[in-house]
Amino acid sequence: MILGVVGYYEAWWVQILKAIVIFAVGLQLVPVVLLAERKVLGRFQSRYGPNRVGPYGALQPLADIVKLLTKEQFRPTTSVGLLFAVAPLISILTAVAAFAIIPFGNVQKIFGEPVGLYGVDVSIGPLYLFAFGAIAFYGIMLGGWSSGSKYSFLGAMRGAAQLISYEVSQGLALVGVIITAQTLSLTGIVEAQKGMWYLVPQFFGFLIFLTASFAETNRAPFDLTEADAELVGGYNTEYGGGRFASYYFAEYLNVLVVSGIVTTIFLGGWLLPFGIHPPGWVDPFVVLFKMGLITFLFIWVRATLPRLRYDQLMSFGWKVLLPLATLNALVTAVLVVVTH
Amino acid sequence: MAATPDSAPAGAPATLTVERWSPGEDVIEVTRTPAPGAARGTWRTFRETVRGLMTTFGRMVETPTTVQYPEEKTAVYPRFRGRHKLHRFDDSDPTHPNLEKCVGCSLCAAACPSDCIRVVAAENTPENRVSAGERYAAVYEINLSRCIFCGYCEVACPFDAITMGHDYELSDYDRADLIFTKEMLLAEPLERTPLRREGE
Repeated sequence: MILGVVGYYEAWWVQILKAIVIFAVGLQLVPVVLLAERKVLGRFQSRYGPNRVGPYGALQPLADIVKLLTKEQFRPTTSVGLLFAVAPLISILTAVAAFAIIPFGNVQKIFGEPVGLYGVDVSIGPLYLFAFGAIAFYGIMLGGWSSGSKYSFLGAMRGAAQLISYEVSQGLALVGVIITAQTLSLTGIVEAQKGMWYLVPQFFGFLIFLTASFAETNRAPFDLTEADAELVGGYNTEYGGGRFASYYFAEYLNVLVVSGIVTTIFLGGWLLPFGIHPPGWVDPFVVLFKMGLITFLFIWVRATLPRLRYDQLMSFGWKVLLPLATLNALVTAVLVVVTH
Repeated sequence: MAATPDSAPAGAPATLTVERWSPGEDVIEVTRTPAPGAARGTWRTFRETVRGLMTTFGRMVETPTTVQYPEEKTAVYPRFRGRHKLHRFDDSDPTHPNLEKCVGCSLCAAACPSDCIRVVAAENTPENRVSAGERYAAVYEINLSRCIFCGYCEVACPFDAITMGHDYELSDYDRADLIFTKEMLLAEPLERTPLRREGE
């Protein structure tokens, strides 16, 4: 039994059903994001993107998945068998686990049962997120190391340094919000944004968090773990078939998770501006729409910015982002104390 | 820091006038700002990032420049060198009605750098008159898997019997199918290639 902030109990079967539904939603969103990325990226580059498989290329993700899953499972002779197989699973597991805490709406009465439209409302939301973010790094690290290839190893090493560097800034960027909202529960943070979304008072926090999130999800311009120009494919060089599909899936699910977290923490979750209060069933769609906007931003940035050099990445993380994040947290703390 | 190109050399005598060389109008001048400090550098990074984002967004709202190839094709120029064509005289020509222009002289085969043309000539007889000259090409084959589409055959031909057409969709499953015989080259080709309009 999980005690939410509102102090209600959900029946055990509701929790199981909820878990399945949310997992299914996440599973269905990934191909959509995959296709959206390729289509939108195409438009950014003045081309159409995939448009041969199905209407408007809509079945392209399906074709990709079928192609990947029917491939041979191979591994290099120098690889460490068990870890090589387990590493993609860790990646996918942490991504799914992190997806569970994104609130899609407030507690609704469905067939008389109170159901929170989220996997779990943990009272330590951001900490839970960072915990799984830290475990996700094992997926990359183990995958790169156990491949027994120098490119994979280099990619994994870069990934390790990068994730550690940017997780600090990411955490500090959230401190401002947490101080203002005075809760760590994600639904609580959404409720605290009733008057004004944290995008406005915490604009710098938003920018810092977003930038650090690009690094955390290994997306351009911080995709040094993959860096195909120099590292072939980075940590997943030696992966193919279903295992590569797992990494791919985890990457895009991570993008969705980060979009969800940004939506929840800075864009007011399921809240609509101008005092519009739609019925409860609209909430998930509001959240999905906002997540779509952030995902679009991810694709937009990928289409725009070239990959950073490794030393630039490090100096940007430690010399620019971290001081800014610290300053943001300090100023927010002072303001909160002064105004209370 | 490197000296800026505008500044006169430090050790130059005062009497020497330095005339600046003008690069012309089509040279793009790149504005360089001085190396920024921490705060200004951060601001500049942010500003330039936003500028870049606006640039790419401008590309997104434009129509894609892709040509959807098998469905739509780029028009070729009139002098595009595609698959060869062999020619006949016009039906209405009173002197040589419907006769082949090729006289089997093998000059095209001699000019061909990749040696892909094979001509076997035979004598015209009054009963079997194929070409306008004394002889005709009994066998005329072009191996298109070897042809480099240089157009020398066209240049070498004294009777304009062979010209380069516009067809470039020549892939096949079998190499043997790419050896085009005289009948195939004489046949009015399925014009699958759009031609550029005048002045396009």
